[in-house]
Amino acid sequence: MSVSVALRHDFGSFSADLAFEAQPGVTVLFGPSGSGKSTVLNAVAGLLRPGEARIAVGDTVLTDTARGIFVAPHRRRLGIIFQDGRLFPHLSVRQNLRYGRWFAPQGTRAPEAAIIEMLGIGALLDRAPATLSGGERQRVAIGRALLSGPRLILADEPLSALDEDRKAEILPYLERLRDELRVPMLYVSHAPAEVARIATTVVRLERGRVAGIGPAAEMLADPATAGPGREAGAVIVARIVAHHPDGVTELSASGLPLFLPTLTAMPGARLRLRIAAADVMLARGRPEGISALNLLPGTVETLRETGDVVLVRLATTAGPILSRVTRRSVRQLGIAPGAALTAIVKSLSHAPEDVGTPTPEKETKP
Amino acid sequence: MTDWLGPAEWDALRLSLRVSAVATLASLPLALLVAHALARWRFPGHGLLNGLVHLPLVLPPVVTGYLLLLTFGRRGWVGQTLDEWFSLVFAFRWTGAALAAAVMAFPLMVRAIRLSVEAVDPRLEAAAGSLGASRPWVWLTITLPLIAPGVIAGAVLAFAKAMGEFGATITFVSNIPGQTQTLPSAIYSFLQVPGGETQAGRLVLVSVAVAMTALVLSEWLARRAARRVAGR
Repeated sequence: MSVSVALRHDFGSFSADLAFEAQPGVTVLFGPSGSGKSTVLNAVAGLLRPGEARIAVGDTVLTDTARGIFVAPHRRRLGIIFQDGRLFPHLSVRQNLRYGRWFAPQGTRAPEAAIIEMLGIGALLDRAPATLSGGERQRVAIGRALLSGPRLILADEPLSALDEDRKAEILPYLERLRDELRVPMLYVSHAPAEVARIATTVVRLERGRVAGIGPAAEMLADPATAGPGREAGAVIVARIVAHHPDGVTELSASGLPLFLPTLTAMPGARLRLRIAAADVMLARGRPEGISALNLLPGTVETLRETGDVVLVRLATTAGPILSRVTRRSVRQLGIAPGAALTAIVKSLSHAPEDVGTPTPEKETKP
Repeated sequence: MTDWLGPAEWDALRLSLRVSAVATLASLPLALLVAHALARWRFPGHGLLNGLVHLPLVLPPVVTGYLLLLTFGRRGWVGQTLDEWFSLVFAFRWTGAALAAAVMAFPLMVRAIRLSVEAVDPRLEAAAGSLGASRPWVWLTITLPLIAPGVIAGAVLAFAKAMGEFGATITFVSNIPGQTQTLPSAIYSFLQVPGGETQAGRLVLVSVAVAMTALVLSEWLARRAARRVAGR
């Protein structure tokens, strides 16, 4: 089921004029604050009546100003995961989870037991929301949205109110949701690390316009999307080849060998690897005698200069990779589009959080 | 126990309880509506409605009673219409005492409910809407349970105020034993005749007991409801 959004709205000081089609999977709306992410989400949720808009999920038109269609928010059947959870304080976890089921039409009910199991909240059912931790609360909120049998899930920065540990706790559940339930999701975020793990498609928004749209790996390796910050980084997909006895796991990214400290996943499993641009060094030729295990030859595609740092996009057989270097390095190495370089990725720099669970394969059935 | 209070005193107590209960229950739906309107809605005349609701709190009760007599009396325009259409008569009946008590207690009830409505996080209601609940369902399943402590507190406060209402009642419906003679009116009457102090004293004790019971009960109910709302 795909989601199509086209809207024009004037807020006075700010105007939004954008259109995009979201493919199945997780579509991340990515951009700085004030770029129009919330506008899109509110318009889809029916909390905002845009001046001009057509919004449809699959064959169901939710808003069409030209034809005078505006489906009331509570009839849209969208599961919204709010930043702050918003569990009902006077209801137990079980009652919170079941709240949406009262209103879900027959035949749209989600499998309760499976979702409770998937989110690991079976032990919390009789608890009151006030007694839950932040992470638990957000898991229950996700379950509540899913159990209402939504056509589409809207996630409004669902992790931004949580600390790093809680984020790491929730992310795997969101990944399972993407891979197992196949409910399309619009996900608002401005954290590249989060986007790298969860996104199927990325829509980059800037000042109320769509500045770019494409598959996650492609978009994150676009220096314009990645931005100059330390959190910029590309994503590549790799398959586990073998676990070596000396504590190293060998992976293959489209034939290029990669090495990481031993991972828990089984050989054959496909992983998303995030390579932070700050962790990638560039060298001319193939360097000898260095401790880094991962050397990826490639060709420079683009450079983007922001202040004193330059974000270099390198095309490798494993996919595009970003490297963050200084202007001086660019000059000394003669880095220019077309130059052949080797990207040196320190294997130890891959944080466990950045090693995602298998991404969905077209051929694997749920 | 039955001997302790005379029949006239029993009548006064029973009448007061009935008048206060009816006044409280009958004005509760309107108080909920007005409290929501004042807390949530923006409309022309917002300030006027607010002033009107609070007027009985600041007007001399005699004035309120007299205004009630003018509008709801047999010759008052509202009173006449109600009499013709519904055979509902307020003048010099216990129903009039209930009306006077309701009007006097209304500001207190609205204030308590309004405060609790303002404390409800509208984002919770939006969340309920996103889960498919229509406005009336959201109100019933989310808003009402969350404001319950305030509603209970407001209702009990209004009941206690109605039990003690004197000025507007005696002006509007007079002081007819068995008809409109509530506890305060009875106490007042007993104090007017020589040797009535003992009877008055007994009724004073009864008043204090009823008021205390109401307060303790409301405290307890509100605390229970608040615990439930806070989810503990």
